[in-house]
Amino acid sequence: MAHLTHSPSEPTGLRSLVADWSADREAFKVPCGKAMMWIFLLSDTFIFGCFLTGYMTERMASPVPWPNASEVFALTIGNAKIPLILIAIMTFVLISSSGTMAMAVNCAYRKDRAKTAALMFATAAFGVMFVSMQAFEWTKLIVHEGIRPWGNPLGAAQFGACFFMITGFHGLHVSAGVIYLLTVATKVLKGRYEESGNYQIVEIAGLYWHFVDLVWVFIFAFFYLW
Amino acid sequence: MAYAEHHAPQSFWTKYVWSQDHKVIAVQYTITAILVGLVALVLSDLMRMQIGFPGRLAFIDANHYYQFVTMHGMIMVIYLLTALFLGGFGNYLIPLMVGARDMVFPFLNMLSYWVYLLAVLILMASFFVPGGPTGAGWTLYPPQAILPGTPGSDGGIVLMLISLVTFIVAATMGGLNYVTTVLQARTQGMTLMRLPLTVWGIFVASIMALLAFPALFVSGVMMLFDKLLGTSFFMPAMVSMGQTLAYKGGSPILFQHLFWFFGHPEVYIVALPAFGIVSDLLSVHARKNIFGYRMMVWAIVIIGALSFVVWAHHMYVSGMNPYFGFFFATTTLIIAVPTAIKVYNWLLTLWRGNLHLTTPMLFALGFISTFAIGGLTGLFLGNVSTDIPLSNTYFVVAHFHMVMGVSPILAIFGGIYHWYPKVTGRLLNETLGKLHFWVTFLGTYAIYFPMHYLGILGMPRRYYAYPNYEFIPPSAQYLNAFITVAALIVGVCQLVFIYNLIRSVFNGQPAGPNPWGAASLEWQTPHTPPQHGNWGPALPQVHRWPYDYSVPEADADFLPQTSTSPLTIDEATHGHGDKP
Repeated sequence: MAHLTHSPSEPTGLRSLVADWSADREAFKVPCGKAMMWIFLLSDTFIFGCFLTGYMTERMASPVPWPNASEVFALTIGNAKIPLILIAIMTFVLISSSGTMAMAVNCAYRKDRAKTAALMFATAAFGVMFVSMQAFEWTKLIVHEGIRPWGNPLGAAQFGACFFMITGFHGLHVSAGVIYLLTVATKVLKGRYEESGNYQIVEIAGLYWHFVDLVWVFIFAFFYLW
Repeated sequence: MAYAEHHAPQSFWTKYVWSQDHKVIAVQYTITAILVGLVALVLSDLMRMQIGFPGRLAFIDANHYYQFVTMHGMIMVIYLLTALFLGGFGNYLIPLMVGARDMVFPFLNMLSYWVYLLAVLILMASFFVPGGPTGAGWTLYPPQAILPGTPGSDGGIVLMLISLVTFIVAATMGGLNYVTTVLQARTQGMTLMRLPLTVWGIFVASIMALLAFPALFVSGVMMLFDKLLGTSFFMPAMVSMGQTLAYKGGSPILFQHLFWFFGHPEVYIVALPAFGIVSDLLSVHARKNIFGYRMMVWAIVIIGALSFVVWAHHMYVSGMNPYFGFFFATTTLIIAVPTAIKVYNWLLTLWRGNLHLTTPMLFALGFISTFAIGGLTGLFLGNVSTDIPLSNTYFVVAHFHMVMGVSPILAIFGGIYHWYPKVTGRLLNETLGKLHFWVTFLGTYAIYFPMHYLGILGMPRRYYAYPNYEFIPPSAQYLNAFITVAALIVGVCQLVFIYNLIRSVFNGQPAGPNPWGAASLEWQTPHTPPQHGNWGPALPQVHRWPYDYSVPEADADFLPQTSTSPLTIDEATHGHGDKP
C-alpha cells in the first residue's frame, strides 16, 4: 500500500483525513449502491430517532401512569405468567436472522450461489416469523387487553398510540426487507450476478437487514425494558 | 458505466416525459416548481389586498385569508424553494459540474420527480375538497390544526400532511442521488476542494435535507394519526366549541420541537444552495477568483452543522427553561460568525473586480443586500429578550421574508439568468431581465422595509383585520396600502420573467458554449445544450479549481478547469508547490 508511507509534502494527522476525503477519487471506496444505502440508513436513523424521542417525551409528559411493561407483555403459558417471553423469542429470532444474513454475505463473496440463496431465504423466513409473532402480539393486545391507538384501559392512552406506531413502522421495515431479500435471493439463485461476478448487492441488502435488527434492539430496550 | 452503454432515448415520451436524463428531470422540476410558485404568488397578493384594502375584495373572508396564508407559506418554502434548489439546480448542475455523465441512479432520479409531482397534485387537490385547504398557518401547530374552527380542518389538513409525507419520499430519493453523485462520481482531477461552491452548497443542503426531513415525516405521521385514528400524540385534554374532546394527555410542544428540528435546518437547506450560486455568479461576473475559497467551504459545512442545534429559537414564546433559552440564543448567534465570513468574502471578491453588471450579477448583488438586511434583523429575533415583544408582530414577517423569501428567490433568478444559456443555448433578453431585476429588487424593499416599522409599532402578524386595536395608529393603514400596491407591482412584474423565459427559448440571442467566459466544468461541454451523456466520448479531466479568472500572464482572462496551463491563483495549489 503506497498510502502507508507519507512523503514529506503529504499532510499527516487530521489533515490527511481531509486530504483523503477530498481527493479526486470516490470518497468511499465502495460501489455507489452501497454508499447510497449507508446514507439512506443514516436518514432512516433520524426517522427512528424522532419516533423514539417522541415516544419518550409522550411517556414523560403523560399525566396518567404508563402500563407496567412486564405485565402487559407477559404471556400465560400453562399456568405460569411469564413476563416478556414472547418478546424474548422475537428478539432471538431477529438476532439469529442477522447471523444467517452475515453467513449469506460470506457465501456470496465465495460465489457459492446455492448456499447464499439458501441462507437468504432462511433470513427471510426468520423475518416472516418475526412479523407473524408481532401480529400475534398485536392481536393479544388489541383483542384481549383492549388496547387501542386512541385508548388504553391499563393507563396512558399514548401507550397504545406509540406502541402500534413504532412497532408498526418497524414491522413495515422488516416486511419490506423480507421482500427485498426474496427478490435478491431469487436473482442470486437464477445466476443473475454470475456474469458480472459482483455479489455486492447481497451485502447491500445485508446492510439494510442488520440496520433493521439494530433498530429493534433500541425499540426493545426503550419499550419493553423501561 | 461505459459511454457505449448509454443509448440516448429517441421517442418524444422517453426523451422529454419519462426521461432519466438529469437535465430533463431538472427542467421538469423547475417548471413544476415555478408553476406552483405562481399559485403561491397570487395567494400572497390576495392576502395583501385584504390587509391593504380591507373588504375591497368581498370574497376574502377570514377563513379564506388563513387558507391563503397557510398555502402561500407552505408552497413557497417546500414546493418552490426546496424543490427548485435541490431538484432543479441540483439535478442540472451536479453531474455537469463534477464531470459525471448523469446522476448515479437515473431511475431513482426520475422517480423522485414523479413523486414530487404527485405531492404537488395532492396539495393542489386540497383546494377542491369540502372545507378547502388547511388554514392552520404554515407551521400547522396542533391542537388547532386538526380541530373545527380552523378552516380546512378535515380534508384540507389531511391532504396537506399526506402531500408533505409524499414530498419527503421524493426529496429523499433525490437527496440520496445528489449526495452519492458528489461523493462517488467526480471525474479525474475533481477533488472536493475543486468543486464549485454551488455544488458545495447543494451537497451540504442535500445531506441536511436527508437528516431534517425525518422530523417532519414523523410529526406528519403522528398528526395524521391524531386526526384519523384519534390518537393523542399532540392533543391535550380540552374543550372545543363547548364540547369536551376525547383527546387527552398529549404534548403540543412535542410537535413544535419536531417541526422546528426540521424547520430550522430547512432555512439553510434553502440558503446554502443560494450561497453557493451567488458565490459562483459573483466570481464569474466580477472576473475574479472567489475570496477565501476554503473558508467559504468550511463556512457552508459549519453553518449546516450548527443549524441542527438552534431550532428552539422559534419557540421562545412557547415557554421554556431559561437555560435552554440561553443555550439556543447562543448557538443562534454563533451562526452569525460563519455567515458573516461569507458576506465579507463576497464583498472582498467584488473588491477591485472587473464588474460586469449583467442580469445574473445584478441578482447576485441584490442577494447580498437583502441577505445582510435580513441577517441583521435576525440578531433581534435570536435573542430571547428582544424576540418576545417582537415575536408576534410584522417584524418577524419582514425578517424572514428578507432572509428566506426574497434572498433565495433572487439567487434563483440569478441562477436561471446565468445557466439558461447552457440549458437552451440561447440568452435571456437582457433589457427585460434588468427591468425584472429592478422592479423585483426595489419592490421587495418597498414591501418589506415598512413591515419592520409596522412590527415595532406592535402590529400583530397573521390577523385578518384590525378593528378595535387602538394602539395601532391610523397611519399604519397608509403603509399597509403602500405595501399592497408594491406587492401587486412586483407580482405583475414576474410575468415579464415568465414571458422572457418562454420567448427566449425560440427568439433568444444564440449564446454559444460559454457566453459569460466561466471557468467551471458545465461550460466546457462539447455541445450546448449538453447532449445525453454530457461529455461525448471522453470524460473531462480537471486540472485546477473553478476560479482562475484574470490570472496574471495567462492568455485569456480565465482558465477553464480543463486547462492544463501551469498558471493559477489557487492558494491551495501554490501551497503544494505546483506553481512553476
